[in-house]
Amino acid sequence: MAGIPHDHYEPKSGAEKWLHKRLPIVSLAYDTLMIPTPKNLNWMWIWGIVLTFCLAMQIITGIILVMHYTPHVDLAFASVEHIMRNVNGGHMLRYLHQNGASLFFVAVYAHIFRGLYYGSYKAPREITWIIGILIFVLMMGTAFMGYVLPWGQMSFWGATVITGLFGAIPFIGEPLQTWLLGGPAVDNATLNRFFSLHYLLPFVIAALVAVHIWAFHTTGNNNPTGVEVRRTSKEEAEKDTLPFWPYFVMKDLFALALIMVVFFAIVGFMPNYLGHPDNYIEANPLATPAHIVPEWYFLPFYAILRAFTDDVWVVMFASWITGGIIDAKFFGVLAMFGAIAVMALAPWLDTSSVRSGKFRPMFKWWFGLLVIDFVALMWLGAMPAEEPYATFSLIASAYWFAYFLIILPLLGVIEKPLPQPATIEDDFNAHYGKADASGSAPAASPAE
Amino acid sequence: MFKKLALTAVLALSLTSGTANAAGGAGYVEDYSFSFEGPFGTYDTAQLQRGLQVYTEICSACHGLQYVPLRTLHDKGGPELPENQVRAYAAFYEIFDPALDDYREARPTDNFPGSNLENAPDLSLMAKARAGFHGPYGLGINQLFRGMGGAEYIASLLNGYTGEEKEEAGAILYENTAYPGGYISMAPPLWGDDVDFADGSSTELEAVAQDVAAFLMWTAEPKLNHRKQAGFTAVFFLTILTVLLYLTNKRIWAPIKARAKRQPAE
Repeated sequence: MAGIPHDHYEPKSGAEKWLHKRLPIVSLAYDTLMIPTPKNLNWMWIWGIVLTFCLAMQIITGIILVMHYTPHVDLAFASVEHIMRNVNGGHMLRYLHQNGASLFFVAVYAHIFRGLYYGSYKAPREITWIIGILIFVLMMGTAFMGYVLPWGQMSFWGATVITGLFGAIPFIGEPLQTWLLGGPAVDNATLNRFFSLHYLLPFVIAALVAVHIWAFHTTGNNNPTGVEVRRTSKEEAEKDTLPFWPYFVMKDLFALALIMVVFFAIVGFMPNYLGHPDNYIEANPLATPAHIVPEWYFLPFYAILRAFTDDVWVVMFASWITGGIIDAKFFGVLAMFGAIAVMALAPWLDTSSVRSGKFRPMFKWWFGLLVIDFVALMWLGAMPAEEPYATFSLIASAYWFAYFLIILPLLGVIEKPLPQPATIEDDFNAHYGKADASGSAPAASPAE
Repeated sequence: MFKKLALTAVLALSLTSGTANAAGGAGYVEDYSFSFEGPFGTYDTAQLQRGLQVYTEICSACHGLQYVPLRTLHDKGGPELPENQVRAYAAFYEIFDPALDDYREARPTDNFPGSNLENAPDLSLMAKARAGFHGPYGLGINQLFRGMGGAEYIASLLNGYTGEEKEEAGAILYENTAYPGGYISMAPPLWGDDVDFADGSSTELEAVAQDVAAFLMWTAEPKLNHRKQAGFTAVFFLTILTVLLYLTNKRIWAPIKARAKRQPAE
């Protein structure tokens, strides 16, 4: 795999040869684990392991929680309390699962922005990127439906608001919404189908994760310089890479353990830190909470959804040109999904021939602004829909789209990139080498 | 204008930073100090027992604790009543048994009864549902040291009656400095010296309010002591694991990095 020349598994004993002829599973495991990995990977390359761990933890804790949970509007809330009080270790399982979702999103956002900075989405890794975005979308769906299951006030009203978005689609919106909910409003049918899908989707995600890994094992990892591993000979490839085991497994496990210390401190000492107090009140269709706020990881996209009100000129224009088919609500929905879609299109919107942001002096600033923009949107998503937040939201949303649709294509044309190291080996040696090389670290060996 | 906006924003996240926030819309919550705050804080058994007594003699007249099993009164990290006392206490309640289609004495395996009055909310989870502390700046890191603020809210509410009343739509509302909006339909339940404590603890309003608030924190989060213990154990061993993995990783990479040092980039 990887197109990078390296040693492959050779069955030695009779039993190994017998198995290898029938099912080369040892070979698959060996090649996957021993894949040549660029040796200059930095600490932003640890999030993949954290994400894999999160998925495993969510599936395992989830499966046990299901053994004690009852998906019924009259019983769901009480069954969660049953888990919290009567099931052995149930409170720990539930808090792990609940906070595990947050860790999952912390890791996925770090992972995505890593990819955006180092140009991991660029050729030949577009498929890896697109699969990744698909996983992200499924994660959001899964997390959203999972949040409905405890059937608290925020569960119910969050579900009502979000499924209401589908009602904004012209012509088919309302029947579609009714079909999704299994009735005119969020009720038992909704809870049941959300439960079913919340159980199903993680396994779809697991399958997509396998494809995600398969794809980047085919192209090889990207790395902080964006310079490809030399593939002309095994000797040269070995100068640029190290096998995944043990070098990167140990590095990733160290990072994971450190993150687990923080995670368990949160679960142990402030497990409700990221939750909403309102969700400890059983769902009541007759009492709307004062403020319906989604979980923190949805806030940036929620802010984009709300930013486009009917007094914004783009919205007015869209409404006028489509004869009113696109109203503000539908425009918001389009913008929210569009915000994710533009990310998926990044491989084709970015015109720069240089992969890593490290060697792109102008890109760095715009990227930094994008990170600030994302955090700002997250904050704005939690604010009430009024001035001055509405204007800020609009500006921040506009920048999100401008970054992908205008800045990325333009930068490739107007920017003069810095010289890149000729090989990964040079970069690695410059980083760990003697003082004379570290002075002008990445430019130690300008590209010929 | 800005002040009003800021206040609305505060309401939006039900933020109450630190000790308190301005009176008005959100209500004033006093940051009482409870034994169960902070990473090492645990419940005070004697306080939970006093709180149980206050709940039983006063709150339970209207309110319920439908999610709390009576037997958990015996659990470690709770009020820790002896088993025979739990049985005697359970028998104090009458509950409806669908199997008999009739009322019978409650047993320790039953839950507390629910509320007697329709507009008296169940109190099982109130201390978590009214969590108020999300400061500083809405980041909520305070929770680690000061708790969630739910018990503080309950104690503040019980202490917050000003004595003023008003009539609205045929109902009497009582002014309360802790209640959002300023007027609550619950009549002041505690006045001071409402109960007699066997251990001779203070029966002043402020002390009793804190006792029952602590008890309601326990009903909302009965496994708090276990959870913190588990958290501490996990953090302790994970820290050791982290150090070991750090050393392992360093050792594995040492020859690779040393080789890089010998061959600086040309």
